[in-house]
Amino acid sequence: MKRLLLLLPLGLFLVLAAVLYRGLFLDPSRLPSPLIGKPVPSFLLSSTNDSSLSLTQDDLKGSPALINVWGTWCPSCREEHAVLNALAKQGVIIYGINYKDDRADAQRWLKNLQNPYRLTIHDADGSLGLNLGVYGAPETFLIDSKGIIRDKYVGAIDMRVWHEKLEPIYHKLVAENKQ
Amino acid sequence: MIPELGLLSLILALCIAVMQAIIPLLGAAYKDPQWMGLAKSASWGQLTFITFSFACLGYSLLTDDFSVAYVAHNSNSLLPWYYKFSAIWAAHEGSLLLWVWILSFWMTAVSLSGKQLPESMLARVLAVMSMISIGFLLLLIITSNPFSRLLLNTPVEGQDLNPLLQHIGLIFHPPILYTGYVGFSVVFAFAIAALLDGRLDGAWARWSRPWTLTAWAFLGMGITLGSWWAYAELGWGSWWFWDPVENASFMPWLVGAALIHSLVATEKRGTFKSWTVLMAIATFSLSLLGTFLVRSGVLTSVHAFAADPARGVFVLTFLLLVIGGSLTLFAVRAPTLKSHIGFGLLSRETLLLVNNVLLTVAAGTILLGTLYPLILDALIGTKLSVGPPYFNFMFVPTMALLMIAVAIGVLTKWKDTSFNKLKHLLTPILFISFFLAAVVAMLQQRLNLAAVSCVLLASIVILAGVRDIFDKTRHRGLLKGIAGLGRSYWSMQLAHLGFVVCAVGAVLATIGSSEREARMVPGSAIELEGYYFQFEGTRQSQGPNYISDLGLVKVLRDGQEVAVLHPEKRIYPTRQSVMTEAGIQAGFIRDYFVALGEPLGGGAWAVRVQIKPFVRWIWFGALMMALGGLMAASDGRYRMLSRLRSFGSRAFGTQS
Repeated sequence: MKRLLLLLPLGLFLVLAAVLYRGLFLDPSRLPSPLIGKPVPSFLLSSTNDSSLSLTQDDLKGSPALINVWGTWCPSCREEHAVLNALAKQGVIIYGINYKDDRADAQRWLKNLQNPYRLTIHDADGSLGLNLGVYGAPETFLIDSKGIIRDKYVGAIDMRVWHEKLEPIYHKLVAENKQ
Repeated sequence: MIPELGLLSLILALCIAVMQAIIPLLGAAYKDPQWMGLAKSASWGQLTFITFSFACLGYSLLTDDFSVAYVAHNSNSLLPWYYKFSAIWAAHEGSLLLWVWILSFWMTAVSLSGKQLPESMLARVLAVMSMISIGFLLLLIITSNPFSRLLLNTPVEGQDLNPLLQHIGLIFHPPILYTGYVGFSVVFAFAIAALLDGRLDGAWARWSRPWTLTAWAFLGMGITLGSWWAYAELGWGSWWFWDPVENASFMPWLVGAALIHSLVATEKRGTFKSWTVLMAIATFSLSLLGTFLVRSGVLTSVHAFAADPARGVFVLTFLLLVIGGSLTLFAVRAPTLKSHIGFGLLSRETLLLVNNVLLTVAAGTILLGTLYPLILDALIGTKLSVGPPYFNFMFVPTMALLMIAVAIGVLTKWKDTSFNKLKHLLTPILFISFFLAAVVAMLQQRLNLAAVSCVLLASIVILAGVRDIFDKTRHRGLLKGIAGLGRSYWSMQLAHLGFVVCAVGAVLATIGSSEREARMVPGSAIELEGYYFQFEGTRQSQGPNYISDLGLVKVLRDGQEVAVLHPEKRIYPTRQSVMTEAGIQAGFIRDYFVALGEPLGGGAWAVRVQIKPFVRWIWFGALMMALGGLMAASDGRYRMLSRLRSFGSRAFGTQS
């Protein structure tokens, strides 16, 4: 009995190692999201700025756009916010998903730091985030005009990421839309 | 040429490490003094070659040799020299080099302390440490060569150091943190050597203690620095994020604290032998796991700058060998360790056990919270994030219980303490503490239970400490008695006090913080808790490798200026990134904190002001704990014993 007990740490460690091994190949920023090529999951949620306005997946259709998952509790979102403001000024369409957040905090944030989002979806309990496979914030999805997810970026976007990774795809989607 | 020499030097260090891992072990098995003695000189050899390699990387960075990929990716000719140098440990390859460099220091330190140890023990300890060194050197040379070149497309200019890292924190935080992480390899090696040897006694615990205490103290200082750095640099005013990388350093610290306490019981009473060995293995394993979590990119976080499955597989294999191997050895050898010493239900042993259980549970819940998203993902493919609410919900009550255990533990005696004696000691403490808590509750305008219970617990722990000083000196008189209490005793008191200060700071800073965000034009002021934050506008300023808007905010109270703050918004052109440098005035009672948000045109800015009460106490308390650890490590007892030994006295294990 005692011997079995002494084997317990080893057993626990081996289980952990197996999980870590699988985890290595599950890294969300390495693997494309299984949602790529699929439409944005359906939802019915209110707007962050106006709780009486309800939004659905159809509100995101019409033109290629970024969907940015953010929260006031997330430090890197604050740095990213400046970049999003700059992109919005350039005419990039950005939708926000305010993920697991307090509505009043989020409204204050948008008022003080400018609002780069065409619409902000208030996902207080994280249900939409869960359906989107969001690991944490910030995360950004690229959708085409039909609301199909085409790419995904995990982590804060800075200008380098935008120029090197996202902008080419975004422009491709815009070109596709014009045809 | 220099970078190639650096790599060559690493390969030579690897050759020495392989020798050092094999020959001394054989020497210990066959009792050959020359083979065992090789361990010492080999340690010096590793130190020399790794230092040389380290210097080579430093040289390449300082001379802006952008043909070296690492330099091109992490430096820039405009970077100030101290950041160029610190860039050695700013990214994956270089910080691994730092890791293994520090390991060679620890090995050399152990070899220097050799006179205290039997020759065979020293040989085994150094061999085990060298095995770890082999793993990391291989990782460096095979998967993460810091000296690899970009000869075909040598860039004219480097990509610059990540602006987030351009802070004084980068200069000190990683080396100190790693000194702690890597330092646990010593106690781990002691545990493995003792398991191999089959000799695990009070002497073993006594040898391990100063090393464990030193490593733990450094880890604590490193975590403290990291927390302060995040507070100052992220512009967010938060001092702990429960970020996976923070958790990775916090877990070995918690288990290390448990280990320190169980080593005491093993040294003084010969109890908990298997448990102590397990804790020693667990502490270092968690350090390695921390390296894995950070380096492999398994978990996405602010810090994870190297995401590469190939490296991950390598580190995981290494983990499997080191941790799996040592736990197997533990399972095979531990049954031979027997503790025959019994103890009463109400005794210091019991309380130390409670302490160990609580600290382990705390570390376990953090491990679970850190890995839970990953486990869930691996099992059912659902992605989920666990945020600060989970950690606070689990961690805070555990620490509250720990405070109670500390208070009672200090007052109990080894073997057995009578309930009446304990009641006699505790009653006045509880009486005063509840009285204090009631006063605090009355003084509050709005009753805050967290604050009241925090005052209650803090007062119980502090008074128990004071009470114990009186109790210990009751026979000799206070003044005479105090002089005779010894350094370890005072270091324990200091560390426990530090724990209380840290906890009080954390609770008060969390519940007492207030903040406001507003659009401010130059000359306007906003009020927060009776303080007026007056925004005087910003001016353009030019740093060595950035341009910034430097703001000026005056804090006034009743017309008196109490602080002048300089928040900054920096733009680093090379990376096109924007960084917020908060303006902070530190204070014993409160910090004033101002961060610039976005420029809103016409000289107006979105400004965020905060008042954070007692936030310094968190770091101050943590440093007290670390200082307590260092003080205990330097206790003369450890040196005295080596002197006794040289007289041929085998006094081990007979001390109470």
